[in-house]
Amino acid sequence: MPILPDSHGRFGPYGGRYVPETLMPALLELEEEYAKAKKDRRFQADLAYYLKQYVGRPTSLYRADRLTRKFGGAKIYLKREDLCHTGAHKINNAIGQVLLAMRMNKRRIIAETGAGQHGVATATAAAMFGLDCEVYMGTEDMQRQALNVFRMRLLGAKVTGVDAGSRTLKDAISEAMRDWTTNVRTTHYILGSVLGAHPYPMMIRDFQAIIGKEARKQILAAEGKLPDYLVACVGGGSNSIGLFHAFLGDRKVKMVGVEAGGSGILSGKHAARFSGGKPGVLQGTMTYLLQDENGQINLTHSVSAGLDYAAVGPEHSLYHDQGRIDYTYATDTEALAAFDLLAREEGIVPALESAHAIAQVIKLAPKLKKSQVIIANLSGRGDKDVQQVARMRGVEL
Amino acid sequence: MSGRLETTFQRLRDKREKALIAYLMAGDPGLAETEQLVVALEQAGADIIELGVPFSDPIADGPVIQQAAERALKSGTSLRKILDSVKSLRQRTEIPIVLMLYYNSIHAMGYEKFCRAAKAAGVDGLIVPDMPPDEAGPLKGPADAAGLPLIFLLAPTSTPSRRRLVAEESHGFVYYVSLTGITGAKLSNVTDIQQNVQKLKKVSASPVAVGFGVATPEDAAQVSKMADGVIVGSAIVKRIASHQQDPGMVGHVAEFVRSLKTAMGEAVR
Repeated sequence: MPILPDSHGRFGPYGGRYVPETLMPALLELEEEYAKAKKDRRFQADLAYYLKQYVGRPTSLYRADRLTRKFGGAKIYLKREDLCHTGAHKINNAIGQVLLAMRMNKRRIIAETGAGQHGVATATAAAMFGLDCEVYMGTEDMQRQALNVFRMRLLGAKVTGVDAGSRTLKDAISEAMRDWTTNVRTTHYILGSVLGAHPYPMMIRDFQAIIGKEARKQILAAEGKLPDYLVACVGGGSNSIGLFHAFLGDRKVKMVGVEAGGSGILSGKHAARFSGGKPGVLQGTMTYLLQDENGQINLTHSVSAGLDYAAVGPEHSLYHDQGRIDYTYATDTEALAAFDLLAREEGIVPALESAHAIAQVIKLAPKLKKSQVIIANLSGRGDKDVQQVARMRGVEL
Repeated sequence: MSGRLETTFQRLRDKREKALIAYLMAGDPGLAETEQLVVALEQAGADIIELGVPFSDPIADGPVIQQAAERALKSGTSLRKILDSVKSLRQRTEIPIVLMLYYNSIHAMGYEKFCRAAKAAGVDGLIVPDMPPDEAGPLKGPADAAGLPLIFLLAPTSTPSRRRLVAEESHGFVYYVSLTGITGAKLSNVTDIQQNVQKLKKVSASPVAVGFGVATPEDAAQVSKMADGVIVGSAIVKRIASHQQDPGMVGHVAEFVRSLKTAMGEAVR
């Protein structure tokens, strides 16, 4: 397999660096510093230390027996990223980038957040290292994820509401990019997913690839063979590329990325870029986008704030075109049913994002043989979503 | 081939004047008003018009231009309609018109189709704020073939090697971004601007225009002493925004542009 991306940050035709000139020097510096850090044993040792002692890695690969029995098909394993400190995989990247920021002598950290998990992870890492932190969040998402807003503030971060456009993740990213453009000399922007301009999609993938490296070892130990399927939800696509990456060379391992189907593709209210989008450039990268015929970005919808975004990571766009990964979607209704099911059958309340992956497992497992194995990435826990789900069901807390 | 941009800069050099480049968001509040504004601003002393194409997610722009884009999109403005407007303006004026548009607007129409249509309509150059020279490859061929200069931006953060790259790739003029930030921020550190513009002029065959943060006649006067052109955007758009319902809007904005040009004239005299 070729090493991706190439030196221009390209994954085939996707990726690149579509940013204002003001940011180009910072991106080049980041690329250079990251390349050095990657080879620096001290940096790698620091990263490994914090991932183990602070985040709690490795996370377990849990065999979900009741879920497996319920469908009577493939054996289902869950990669428990929900057990990471702060409750999601986002911390893997936040720790890595904070360590990088300190190498570059940048003492101010900014981030965007959708569901709030990346914001919480960044605020956490910044607090641990004593850095200033400001998190941009769409006001619509602030309402949906009020708990995480409060958590970030507890952690000492400044949370700034973004009241433009759809008031969700996309608008938070634009605002964070504007802040970075203004304060680039003192500030590092910790992007939360495999999005944006090079080197972000590559670097964030590398920080998340530990998920798949662990899972590969764990499944070989547990089953003595590789899995037949990997399933993960795809918003920007960091938890999915994190799980998939270590298996890309294993041609027999099938991979399914699950996008947000929202109210259904025909309704137009969704965030399924591979079902309803086409290539274009948004926020620094060439990738599949939900856009109209004039190239204006469409409003998206999903019950899950973390999947509610008009673009997808450029590396995913390449694997989509190559057919290496299958992309499908789960609707809000399907995700909510999976949310309930996992809570009742396994005693795990998943994040609404991760519930999209479980919804696909529900469809896939019964069709497979008992000898087959699925690993689903449980990218985050659902504590943050409990209030929202209660509200949707008319329950006052 | 000497285009309208080149002719204009030459004419101004002969008169020892600096170019006033006025930015308008096309379609704010409507394209009819934009056409009236172009003609009125030319009469008021604008030398070049920079016409913004509204985009839903303008990462290089501050709130003033962002909100203007939202108004323009709401009024039904599209790139195709803007090109129609430029075409109809060409029956009334020869003022150079450069488009400022985000990459995805071009990508959605197709590089070749867009460049041919823009040239045919009478567009004189392209500024794509989210396209550094490093990513210009696919657009460069079609733009060259159509005879449309690509105007690149240089920032205070740019290194010497990037300064050379931008100077080499930029045609028509080079757009020097006066500050580390987004459009509509406050002008700062004039000494830095002067030094950077001087360094840029040493390596650039094209004229250098300075934009971002130029808001008042005093700002315009200061900047015109250092550069070949002065770009004023948010300050104009703000005046259009606050006079949306006012039948005297065009006259009011023209008056402001006249005050800019007058201050620039006095500064270089």
